[in-house]
Amino acid sequence: MTFVRDTLIVFRRQLRLSLRNPAWVIIALVQPILYLVLFGPLLTKLPLGALNGSAAAGSAGSAQGYRFFVPGLLIQLGLFGSTFVGFAIISDWRAGVIERFRVTPVSRLAIMSGRVLRDVLVLVVQAVILVLVGLAFGLRAPVSAVFLSLGFIVLVAIGLASVSYAVALLIKSEDAFAPLLNSVVLPLVLLSGIMLPLTLGPGWLQGIARISPFRYIIDAMREAFRGQYANTIMLEGVLVALGLAAVCLWLGSRVFVRENA
Amino acid sequence: MSIIEANGLARTFKSRKRTVEAVRGVDLRVEEGEIVGFLGPNGAGKTTTLRMLTTLLEPTAGTATVAGADLLRDPVGVRRRIGYVPQAIGQTMGGTDPACLVQEELLDQAALYHLDKAEAPRRADVLISQLDLSGLDQRLVKTLSGGQRRRLEIALGLVHEPQLVFLDEPTTGLDPQSRSNLWDHIRRLRSDLGTTVFLTTHYLEEADVLCDRVFIIDHGVIVASGTPDELKRRISGDVVILQVNGARERARDLLARQPVVRDITVSDDGALRLGVFQGAEALPSLLRVLDDAGVTMHSINLSRPTLDDVFLTMTGRSLRDDSASTRDGKTSKAADGAAAARG
Repeated sequence: MTFVRDTLIVFRRQLRLSLRNPAWVIIALVQPILYLVLFGPLLTKLPLGALNGSAAAGSAGSAQGYRFFVPGLLIQLGLFGSTFVGFAIISDWRAGVIERFRVTPVSRLAIMSGRVLRDVLVLVVQAVILVLVGLAFGLRAPVSAVFLSLGFIVLVAIGLASVSYAVALLIKSEDAFAPLLNSVVLPLVLLSGIMLPLTLGPGWLQGIARISPFRYIIDAMREAFRGQYANTIMLEGVLVALGLAAVCLWLGSRVFVRENA
Repeated sequence: MSIIEANGLARTFKSRKRTVEAVRGVDLRVEEGEIVGFLGPNGAGKTTTLRMLTTLLEPTAGTATVAGADLLRDPVGVRRRIGYVPQAIGQTMGGTDPACLVQEELLDQAALYHLDKAEAPRRADVLISQLDLSGLDQRLVKTLSGGQRRRLEIALGLVHEPQLVFLDEPTTGLDPQSRSNLWDHIRRLRSDLGTTVFLTTHYLEEADVLCDRVFIIDHGVIVASGTPDELKRRISGDVVILQVNGARERARDLLARQPVVRDITVSDDGALRLGVFQGAEALPSLLRVLDDAGVTMHSINLSRPTLDDVFLTMTGRSLRDDSASTRDGKTSKAADGAAAARG
């Protein structure tokens, strides 16, 4: 199938460029690892289990603290990592690379999907490293929960990277893209309960947080880390993640496939 | 059949406040094996027309057949058959990634055109030697000189051996030596491979020495077309400037009576300035008339019109006013910075 072949052509090129400068893959990991190491220990003394509706009430051990915190950090990694990919396509556009690709018979959608595939791979590698560091600090979670979380991360990355590329290609300016990202990503991070459970907050805050799709995904991941799979929280998380990926992919592809750019 | 045939190609850009008719009904016919120049000042519609012909921009009106494929019904067919080298100045550059190796760019481009895995390295090698890039294949693009990078960009447009290549301002921003070197490469494309070349330029000299035929576009319409010589002859005629020893008025009367002389004026320095059809052929008879009348001459000068004269006549504007380029701008700014740092 031409589309798959074309996606792989673009994927290989982008992966080669990422590997030429692996520093960026590491730098993107610094922030969540710092949070894990310097902020995570603060959570181990909080009664997170009780606040999170867990049966094991009372003072939480370090395992429980990290079980709460690592899913949040994974989503944070995904949110920042995937939304910032758009910057690279602006410089590609400026170098004339996008236009050059668009005049070849290669599928125009592959110009996006090949990049997104590379971003997913990079993010999965980063997520695995983050989980391993978490294990070293006392995270204890079922293996199946880790794999399920990686699945969530993949869906989040597909959706956010597609939209990031599409928006960046429409804006074509780093100066405009950066503040736009900040004003979108920061509220999403805050409203997703990454650092602390939203249940600590007042009712109005919990109400607003319902609009953040990531909040549902994080809750589902936390359920999985606690070994709970068959409940409505999990179902909501899976549906939201699938829906987010599908809608974003569709929006992104419209920008890349249209005749004029 | 013509390799490019465009009828009434038009493009209108609509923004909230106003509508800009960038190209308003362009008819083009280009035959196989021609080197054709598309000449016009910035904003005349050159690049918009080129972007329509290369499937980057959908026309708002008109039809075209490019390299045997219908532009509107089969854009992928057009893309498969044409090569395109974007302009390397302005908002976007010429299409190479500074972080890629020269060889990687060529192999990736071959993959984008779905060339055979075995065929691709062979094509890359051929292009590397054809465009004088030997020894540079393992270099990063960002380490290339301006001329080398431009030759790589042209090589990318030729990877799939297209019958037709579009070059958008191929030599803008290059030094004179790289420019004439690139002209040789473009000529060889045609002579060795029979490739049709469609290029835009605002260097008149380039259109003059390189192109078989020239289209002049201004305000979105083609105002003239023909061979460079035809255009010059048709539009401006030649200019003869004479300095006579005394008897200027008499000489003037005599020359004004000659049918080949279109107009005659006396310039500030006292020279007679004659507008003449086909000056080279007319000159002997003009000299004979003056000689027979006993008027002696101090000097004589015949100048052929340039494409700039043609352009001036057709559009009322000179092309020379706007040949500034971003690449030049950047270098001079960097040079200023260096000078300031030294001082």
